[in-house]
Amino acid sequence: MTMTPPIATPAESFELEPIADLSDADTLRANRQTAIYVYEAPVRLWHWINAAAIMVLVVTGFLIARPLPSMPGEAAFTFLMGDIRFAHFTAGYILAVGLIGRLYWACVGNHHARQMLYIPFWRRQYWRDVGNQAAWYLFMVKYPRKYVGHNPLSQLAMFGMFFLGALFMICTGFALYSQGEGAASWQAKLFGWVLDLAGNSQNLHTAHHFGLWLMVVFVMLHVYAAIREDIMSRQSIVSTMISGWRMFKDHGQ
Amino acid sequence: MAMTETFYDVIRRQGISRRSFTKFCSLTAASLGLGPAFGPRIAEAMETKPRIPVLWLHGLECTCCSESFIRSAHPLVKDVVLSMISLDYDDTLMAAAGTQAEAIFDEIRQTYRGRYIVAVEGNPPLDEDGMFCIIGGRPFVERLREVAADSMAVISWGSCASWGCVQAAKPNPTHAVPVHEVVSGKPIIKVPGCPPIAEVMTGVITYLLTFDRLPELDRQGRPKMFYSQRIHDKCYRRPHFDAGQFVEAWDDEQARKGYCLYKMGCKGPTTYNACSTVRWNDGVSFPIQSGHGCIGCSEEGFWDQGSFYDRLTTISPFGVEANADQIGGTAAGVIGAGIAVHAALSAVKRARDKAVTPPPADPKPHP
Repeated sequence: MTMTPPIATPAESFELEPIADLSDADTLRANRQTAIYVYEAPVRLWHWINAAAIMVLVVTGFLIARPLPSMPGEAAFTFLMGDIRFAHFTAGYILAVGLIGRLYWACVGNHHARQMLYIPFWRRQYWRDVGNQAAWYLFMVKYPRKYVGHNPLSQLAMFGMFFLGALFMICTGFALYSQGEGAASWQAKLFGWVLDLAGNSQNLHTAHHFGLWLMVVFVMLHVYAAIREDIMSRQSIVSTMISGWRMFKDHGQ
Repeated sequence: MAMTETFYDVIRRQGISRRSFTKFCSLTAASLGLGPAFGPRIAEAMETKPRIPVLWLHGLECTCCSESFIRSAHPLVKDVVLSMISLDYDDTLMAAAGTQAEAIFDEIRQTYRGRYIVAVEGNPPLDEDGMFCIIGGRPFVERLREVAADSMAVISWGSCASWGCVQAAKPNPTHAVPVHEVVSGKPIIKVPGCPPIAEVMTGVITYLLTFDRLPELDRQGRPKMFYSQRIHDKCYRRPHFDAGQFVEAWDDEQARKGYCLYKMGCKGPTTYNACSTVRWNDGVSFPIQSGHGCIGCSEEGFWDQGSFYDRLTTISPFGVEANADQIGGTAAGVIGAGIAVHAALSAVKRARDKAVTPPPADPKPHP
């Protein structure tokens, strides 16, 4: 998809419309800073819907595994577990359908939309960059490198923890769901093999529960890294997933 | 031995009335989930078809399958079925013993080649050339392979024959394996459970005889009519699960009210069996109805899942027993603490960088 950016670069916009409170020092700096449009609207929309779905899935998933204290009253008037499970299944469908839509966008969107789906395993430079980024996190280098898309460590986490993790949760999740739907359901036809692989239903439940913790760990790392890098790296991170623009704080390599 | 007798002949010879017989046929039709029209069809089949010989073998087992089978509480089922399947060999139940018993065994194999059913209770151990289970002077595994090769179909009674059960539990000292790992090329019907429900056992056999074909099997090879749903799916306490009403401790108020046993580790949600519909002892009760959770005895590897009272499989990656919550919770805790420390260090670094040098205008950190 080609998109006409609202402004060519921030630098150009200053010529059109001077900033009211611009000091000389700010002007120098503002003219050096650049921005690149990275995340297209469908990617951003997907990201936030997905984030909401995962939040619901983690909370309801945990409550399904460890239910709330027993409800008072007659069973006929309460449907708490039913509602929690409904929320879980609905969010699960949103996650699955969202991922299909996201895969479609990886095909038709810009090249940044594909970065999450693989790691350039055979490229030596990639692993050198991973090392550099790890060194940055270990306070061993003074400045990180600049990246337009994901930094290499982030790409590793996106692919290894999020993308493969989400696939794992979708496969095990639908296999579990198919147990209620029955052997003739499309869920059982598509995902019944997961139950065979797990050996029995309890192992499958356990695997899915491990996946919950994997997702919790991923979210923790992801949110922390995004906020930290928004502050400490040389480019914008959090606002990029809102506006789509990656803004660089300096002109250096 | 009256080899050409029909089931009906045998039934009448044993003094069972026509009325009891038709009652049995309609009950069987109902228990198989068939319509009322199938009662007469079952009756007709039993009146006209010659009895199919069944060779009932015992490997490594505890005989609980046989115990369940003979305790089928309905008198009609007990009396009729033992005759109905023409149980020509069963070294636990038969009157003949020793050479006589083995003679019957060989006779059936030769006379009814390809037309008899092998019902296996228990399973063969493979270590030491199968020497851990010797029947009639020979390793059980050899007998099983030979007799299955000439059979029409093999029924794996119980969790031993279906999955391996306790003798195949870790560390499985005799290398006991389920029947389908030593028998190939024959249809195998798995009827798991420790033991299976009596009416399920007789139901499977009745289906074979009535329709002259195997019942429809699921992906794991179990008859769909009895194993297509979990205990949880048809549990009479399910409304309490959906309402979020649970027993929190044994003998608490909720236990007395008959609430869901999910929090007590009931394995109903992960167990495929017919207990919650067919029930036990002529439909009197089943474990959940008696106030105890399901232990999942009809599931593969149920001895190796950790506690009977835990719905998450115990995993021992480093020799320390733990489940998904403990491992996942620890990982999240460690990473959370790591993040907090890292954030603090990052803040310090940033503060120091600011104090020492101005914000990087044009840093060139790498070539």
